[in-house]
Amino acid sequence: MSLLDIRNLSVRFGAPDAIPVVDGLDLSVDKGEVLAIVGESGSGKSVTMMALMGLIDAPGIVRADSLRFDGHDMLTLKGRQRRKVVGKDLAMVFQDPMTALNPSYTVGFQIEEVLRQHLGIKGKAARVRALQLLERVEIPGAASRLDAYPHQLSGGMSQRVAIAMAIAAEPKLLIADEPTTALDVTIQAQIMDLLLDLQRSEGMGLVLITHDLAVVAETAQHVCVMYAGQAVEIGSVPTLFDAPTHPYTEALLKAIPEHSLGAERLATLPGIVPGRYDRPVGCLLSPRCPYAQPHCREQRPALEPHVRGAVRCFYPLNLTAEVA
Amino acid sequence: MLSFIARRLGLLIPTFFGVTLLTFALIRLIPGDPVEVMMGERRVDPEMHAEAMHRLGLDKPLPAQYLDYITKLAQGDLGESLRTREGVWEEFLTLFPATLELSLAALLFAGTLGVIAGVIAALKRGSLFDHGVMGVSLAGYSMPIFWWGLLLIMFFSVYLGWTPVSGRIDLLYDIEPKTGFMLIDTLLSEEEGAFKDALMHLILPAIVLGTIPLAVIARMTRSAMLEVLREDYIRTARAKGLSPARVVFVHGLRNALIPVLTVFGLQVGTLLAGAVLTETIFSWPGIGKWLIEAIGARDYPVVQNGILLIACLVILVNFVVDILYGLVNPRIRHQR
Repeated sequence: MSLLDIRNLSVRFGAPDAIPVVDGLDLSVDKGEVLAIVGESGSGKSVTMMALMGLIDAPGIVRADSLRFDGHDMLTLKGRQRRKVVGKDLAMVFQDPMTALNPSYTVGFQIEEVLRQHLGIKGKAARVRALQLLERVEIPGAASRLDAYPHQLSGGMSQRVAIAMAIAAEPKLLIADEPTTALDVTIQAQIMDLLLDLQRSEGMGLVLITHDLAVVAETAQHVCVMYAGQAVEIGSVPTLFDAPTHPYTEALLKAIPEHSLGAERLATLPGIVPGRYDRPVGCLLSPRCPYAQPHCREQRPALEPHVRGAVRCFYPLNLTAEVA
Repeated sequence: MLSFIARRLGLLIPTFFGVTLLTFALIRLIPGDPVEVMMGERRVDPEMHAEAMHRLGLDKPLPAQYLDYITKLAQGDLGESLRTREGVWEEFLTLFPATLELSLAALLFAGTLGVIAGVIAALKRGSLFDHGVMGVSLAGYSMPIFWWGLLLIMFFSVYLGWTPVSGRIDLLYDIEPKTGFMLIDTLLSEEEGAFKDALMHLILPAIVLGTIPLAVIARMTRSAMLEVLREDYIRTARAKGLSPARVVFVHGLRNALIPVLTVFGLQVGTLLAGAVLTETIFSWPGIGKWLIEAIGARDYPVVQNGILLIACLVILVNFVVDILYGLVNPRIRHQR
């Protein structure tokens, strides 16, 4: 049984019949597996994980056939029982480290808080453990950083602290929501290396939400490509890169600058993600899809499994391609 | 931090001179002089009047009078009351504890109730409670103190008979002023019922004086809390699996209190201004009532130096609040 199993998840804001931000999403993550979720801004990547963490407040409405994590039904788990899972076995690192830490408390306090809450470690023992964690996330001069306030840290350093906080209770699944987007390019690679190193050494599952397909290619075992709140393609690395079956995945891969070397312009996918008022009747990608048929504009495709994964397209590409 | 304190202290000097100049000028702008008031209804003999004015040094040109005043002040001499012949400083010291007791009670009332109401209103945003608190606080803020005070006296003291109408304590009790705080002195005196009596005397004036600060603090806490609850670090705290109470109070309120504390400090000025009215309504023997009487008697030294002392107090409180601000907000503390 997989560690995380999401079936038909939908998230809406406002009325129960509002247009879903996440629509019929299926996902699963195994123990120690790295799953990447990619897609452009607003495609519902973060909202999916926020729903799992229970961070969607009214007027948000979360529905699913199944939202299971490590044997817990996260849909019905409430209050104290939920808080025994969230922050302990299931932890999350957010996008902007400069605002994710509480400015009024020291780094040490914020890490020790997790240790006290979930492991019952207090006082001197907690401080020792917090120091170990700071060393584990490779913060230089860790001992002197315990009493530092977030405003005294750089962005990269803050993200390391946020990671230390997230792994403090040794989670089984870590969700990293674009953990490097707000950071300098040079720091981005360091943070990614750190996350993967932690994932391997601790044997955690890792859900990596990202824009960066190069990172996905290097790190993930599985990929979920999202578009307008739906999973359009689920596949494994590297086959998805060699033979994308969904036109959107293909367009994303073409848009990687390295693939346009020597060309005058970068390859792009014209148009934008459909909004609330211009949602197509048929396939959500149909207005932008170079392969769209009349049929695509009238009917909405379902996510259908195939030999190498699953795809939400009436006319998938490369299905018969030979993949090593 | 030291240079910060030094800079703040440096700013005190011009403020200080401004206050002396203002009070000196304003009290002399009111028609009449101390001698006339003392003579009362009787016709004043011009010669006696001139002689008395000369004796008080009030016949000199105004700049010379101001210079006299400042020179004495520089020597630490606050002068004496024209009415009672008592030193202004001594009178201030005897009366101030009464005002301080009243103000502290008002602040305690406004601070606790204001923060609690503000937090609940923010958590239940848009609810009936929220609208109720905000409506009532707007009404409280707009309420003229003297009218509000009379209203409460009429309802609680006259109609219901729950609380006494005026003063600090019933005449039955003879309390030795050890600390000047009636609540503490009555406890020390071990006279039966005295503490309760003092408390009952304190409740209404404290509520009246605390009403405006209460309204301001409740509104400020609510808006600060709403802003803080939207912050990313609140989401982080929730993702850590902390209890809702811990998220709200440890991670939220601590940050929301920073702007509230500033408002709190600014309210001390409002509070002392309100104390003048409140003390007059409730015949509370504090510096507010003292100043009103001094103005009526054109008691120049008391008015000038009494107001100067209050101004210093307001400045001092704001100074302390600035330092507290640094304690609550580490980002200020570390600015060099």
